[in-house]
Amino acid sequence: MELKDKLVSSFFAYEGNGLDVHSPIHDICSDAIKKFDKKGFPTKKEEAWKYTSLNAVLKQNYNLYPKGDTGLEFKDVMRYFIHEIDSYKIAFVDGRYSSNLSATSHDGLDVCLMSSALSKPKYRIIIENYFNKVANTEDSLTALNTAFLKEGAFINIPKGKVVDKPIQILHFSTGKEPALMLQPRNLIVVGENAHVQIIERHQSLTDNPVLTNSVTEIFANKQAIVDYYKIQNDKQSASLIDNTYISQKRNSHAFVHTFSLGGNLTRNNLNFYHKDEHLDSTLKGITIIGDKQHVDHHTLVNHAYPNCESHQDYKGIFGDRSTGVFNGKVIVEKEAQKTNAFQQNNNILLDDKATINTKPQLEIFADDVKCSHGCTVGQLDEDALFYLRSRGIPAKEAKALLMYAFANNVLESVKIPEVKARINKLIAKKLGVNLGFEL
Amino acid sequence: MLKINNLHAGVEGKEILKGIGIEVNAGEIHAIMGPNGSGKSTLSSVIAGKEEFEVTEGNIVFEGEDLDELSPEERAHKGIFLSFQYPVEIPGVSVTNFMKTAINETRKAQGLEEMPASEMLKKIREKSELLEIDRKFLSRSLNEGFSGGEKKRNEIFQMAMLEPRLAILDETDSGLDIDALRIVANGVNRLRSKDNAVVLITHYQRLLDYIIPDFVHVLLDGKIVKSGGAELAHELEEKGYDWIKQEKVSN
Ligand SMILES: Nc1ncnc2c1ncn2[C@@H]1O[C@H](COP(=O)(O)OP(=O)(O)OP(=O)(O)O)[C@@H](O)[C@H]1O
Ligand SMILES: [Mg+2]
Repeated sequence: MELKDKLVSSFFAYEGNGLDVHSPIHDICSDAIKKFDKKGFPTKKEEAWKYTSLNAVLKQNYNLYPKGDTGLEFKDVMRYFIHEIDSYKIAFVDGRYSSNLSATSHDGLDVCLMSSALSKPKYRIIIENYFNKVANTEDSLTALNTAFLKEGAFINIPKGKVVDKPIQILHFSTGKEPALMLQPRNLIVVGENAHVQIIERHQSLTDNPVLTNSVTEIFANKQAIVDYYKIQNDKQSASLIDNTYISQKRNSHAFVHTFSLGGNLTRNNLNFYHKDEHLDSTLKGITIIGDKQHVDHHTLVNHAYPNCESHQDYKGIFGDRSTGVFNGKVIVEKEAQKTNAFQQNNNILLDDKATINTKPQLEIFADDVKCSHGCTVGQLDEDALFYLRSRGIPAKEAKALLMYAFANNVLESVKIPEVKARINKLIAKKLGVNLGFEL
Repeated sequence: MLKINNLHAGVEGKEILKGIGIEVNAGEIHAIMGPNGSGKSTLSSVIAGKEEFEVTEGNIVFEGEDLDELSPEERAHKGIFLSFQYPVEIPGVSVTNFMKTAINETRKAQGLEEMPASEMLKKIREKSELLEIDRKFLSRSLNEGFSGGEKKRNEIFQMAMLEPRLAILDETDSGLDIDALRIVANGVNRLRSKDNAVVLITHYQRLLDYIIPDFVHVLLDGKIVKSGGAELAHELEEKGYDWIKQEKVSN
């Protein structure tokens, strides 16, 4: 059976995902499965999926309802956490909450589970106000996720709260199932003047295929600061479709860094919606892949109000037969005067067979705006390489140094030193070098 | 130390060096002068191992070993250093990190342990003082936004850090102000010993007032057409290259 049919029929077999009719999201889920049933998975015929084919990934016979606790211990997976720092942790194993890997909290903030937010009356108002409110309900993958909503992270930061330590969200898959499909759903509400830092990672522990279709909704209320890091360094058997939607209110600042260093197929749909004036959005990414890996960044910044800024800076390094896509869409609506929107996408192709499709997509309807975009595709600079080698730095290290240097702008803006150090290490490992210092 | 025999080299089928022969012994200073486009930088790049250039005839022997098969880094590990006419800007890599990597990679290749951090710092301090380089400079991205003179001074700082056996300085004096010239020349002189050698490529007598060469060679259209002592540089300064060109024609 095709994956689509399997999903739809299993939805109805489980009677609307097992939700009772009084659940605040019962109707949302029923609508969502209808939407998905109608649209199906995106194909290359759609403009937004022209360069990314899900065909091969969808061919696996994924288990949709994995069994429960697998007895995974913290020491087994510690290295996937940024364990050098104290943090809140919300961990999932094969799609289910793992209490022994987690450190949640209800003390002055809520760092807990989507399932409890959906079932507890005290969160009902938040669910009604925020759930599925910024996610694009027309998007079939988002709808699919909504229909199958079971679990994920729920983070609620009250007004004025500066969260004392980062929150880590980890999704592990153990390989107990021959093939597994996961659909985590996260809701993050950051109150007025509140600050939060979040680190997210998906990690497969074996080579069994995993397909994750994740949806994250983030709400940054007035003056809130949200600093979000996505570490994508999964096994080459794992594919990820990450749909992230961010809604921003006045004077808020939202930063999302995406580090794509692994995985089989990775698609990032990162969407920012401005709901008021004087706010800024920062989207940065480093992609370093090889073999036949594929990473696709589709970003959207919707400037709907005046006096806002957006900054995008994505660097990509592609080796072997790897393929990359960058599509940066910026919409500046008629009302959004005095918008500053900057976009930068620079790429290095290390091999003849590697490719990148990069495309800025600016739709500007206001006249008093400053928008710039630049994309470059090149090779490593031969003169720079010779310069470094003439000082005794071997070719491999010299290349790595230049690649670091190339990506450095993005690394520099990482605000958690331990995350920066970790990304440094992952990059060094990816490049197969030890430079003996961190940039 | 360095023996260049009938060296022919070029790029994409175009011959630039047309039979060069020079011998440089330990303890010597050689100056190479010659008009623009005569092949001076090409010669230094070929010695340093730039793969873009193809050696079609002749060879370069360093310490008894033919360099032909050696990569640029291997040549550096053997003690060959090139101060670039146009140092490359490398944003995102600080001078300090660059130097640390260069020194430790060289030591690794020589079978030595990494240099202890304290020793590295001491050395960096010492050499940056010698060249009167501000400490702030060292944390900046390599050559990025450096002025012409600053780049050149930074090249000599790197040379002082790496302590090469053979240093080729390609127009290191160009773009230096009078004080900087003195500082750089002083740096070079401090490095001199009976065990190492320096090849200076320059257009001007000025530098040779500070670093007095044992030999001066004139490179013209890919060939050494005249060699002499320090006095030859004075003669060139006075008379230019025309008389040599004529001499060549009449020969
Ligand atoms: N990569 C290259 N491709 C084509 N021609 C080259 C290349 N490199 C050098 N040349 C040519 O070779 C000749 C010698 O160049 P080179 O840079 O060695 O001269 P130079 O003596 O150092 O000159 P200057 O005094 O101006 O620095 C020039 O005509 C130059 O245009
Ligand atoms: Mg030159």
